[in-house]
Amino acid sequence: MIDIEANPYKADFPLLAGKPEITFLDSGATAQRPACALDAQRSFYETMNANPLRGLYSLSVEATEAIAQVRAQIARLLGAVDERGRAAARDIVFTHNASESLNLVAKSFAPLVLEPGDEVAITIMEHHSNLIPWQQACRAAGATLVYLYPEQDGTITDEEIAAKVGPRTKIVAAGHVSNVMGVENPIAKLADAVHAHGGYLVVDGAQSVPHMTVDVRALGADFFAFSAHKALGPMGIGVLWGRHELLEQMPPMLTGGEMIDSVTEQDAVWAPVPEKFEAGTQDAAGIYATGAALTYLTETVGYEAVAEREAALVAYTMERLAELPYIGIIGPAEAARHHGVISFNVRGIHPHDVASILDMSGVCIRAGHHCAQPLLTWLGVENLACCRASLAFYNDKSDVDRFVDGLATVWSTFNA
Amino acid sequence: MGNLYTSTTFMEHNSHPDYKYEMDSPTHEHDGINPSCGDELTLQLRVENGVIEEASFTGHGCAISQASADIMAELITGETVEEAKRLSELFLAMIRGDELTEEDYEDLDEAAQLKDISHMPARVKCAELAWRTLDGMLTE
Repeated sequence: MIDIEANPYKADFPLLAGKPEITFLDSGATAQRPACALDAQRSFYETMNANPLRGLYSLSVEATEAIAQVRAQIARLLGAVDERGRAAARDIVFTHNASESLNLVAKSFAPLVLEPGDEVAITIMEHHSNLIPWQQACRAAGATLVYLYPEQDGTITDEEIAAKVGPRTKIVAAGHVSNVMGVENPIAKLADAVHAHGGYLVVDGAQSVPHMTVDVRALGADFFAFSAHKALGPMGIGVLWGRHELLEQMPPMLTGGEMIDSVTEQDAVWAPVPEKFEAGTQDAAGIYATGAALTYLTETVGYEAVAEREAALVAYTMERLAELPYIGIIGPAEAARHHGVISFNVRGIHPHDVASILDMSGVCIRAGHHCAQPLLTWLGVENLACCRASLAFYNDKSDVDRFVDGLATVWSTFNA
Repeated sequence: MGNLYTSTTFMEHNSHPDYKYEMDSPTHEHDGINPSCGDELTLQLRVENGVIEEASFTGHGCAISQASADIMAELITGETVEEAKRLSELFLAMIRGDELTEEDYEDLDEAAQLKDISHMPARVKCAELAWRTLDGMLTE
């Protein structure tokens, strides 16, 4: 049994260590950063700062090499390796966030396969970043956007997949883990269904990479996107992995410096993948820091410990919330299916008031539509809003206790 | 802004709003929404000879939006249309973070309690909803 009273990780996070009055339960929006990631960012500028790719001197070569290593590290992290176990580093594209990664697929890949009358299928649980790009892509192509609806507990059934993914489906785009319900979607089943009809699967991994091992080959993904900042890295770094032959066919979304092989007065030849998609100077220090953050996540802590600790924290939170009759949980009843995310409402009290009152005791939660307005509309929750506490391995029992005690204060504020 | 939730008078405007009802024969009616919060509000006025004889609102939203609407309705009842417009402009300026004079704060009376909302961008729209609706109605 995991000891959630002890917290061996807090000291690694300067903000958490420096602000003991804060209970941070909004890691689903952005994680806190470990010191090693912040140090890496600084160390890049102090020891290897030069513009990568361009320079012919050793400092620039060193910067280029540092980025190449992070590319390979991320490829291995996502299971993007060839049959001999070599990392497919060239299939890792750096963007600015998961939204941009998904936009790149919707804007550069979708037009290559979508014809009028085709369908794109997404789940109603999608974050707006994996929803609006598909609205746009469908509109541009004359295609139809189709929604997969889960059961009340967040499960997308085999029947729903069979009903929604068919011969007209060219693309299925789904979140690996829902940012509101916390559930893991049946990605491999969606892959089988869409591949059976010759279509493609796009996975939004923004909420899975921080919590669990990802293997794009086992998932059957054709594209996989995530953001560094939700996985302990800096803000402003996104990742897109794609199957190489698909990335090859795609035109760049942005053009300019560093993404070309040669340029004439009237024409240009694109650089190979992935540079073709990375116009302009990249945030090399941020990429380097992302590498350090992911090393901390997967080696210093390790996914096994992350999963064990988060499951124990969620189980304890759900147990304590069950003591409060005025709390309604959105999503599955089983703690193990939440992946750190617990969405809820306090009966009769607007989520914004809940968040503001919790803030008075230093408890940070998210309240609102969670960038998933169609989901909240479908769930039929009052005010189209809910509260969300999202835990990470660096939280502990005292965080949960402060949160639950804070909810009791919320209730008494309105029901004195 | 924490003091709003601990202020009995402020919370009273949320739990027992005197001005939250549908009016029989309004001369003016205007809807306001906060798409990001899901707050919805309908403001009704009965204006006679340039004076707001009656003000009321209906709708739903967070405590801040509801209490702010009730405080506003109380404040503008009995005022001329011009004065109500001036008060709403004062309030919106205060919420934007502008510094007002002591006299202005006195004119806003209970509404001046919402001053600190300006430090909380996510809640500004809640506090403003009724006032923006009033401002929109009077500008038309």
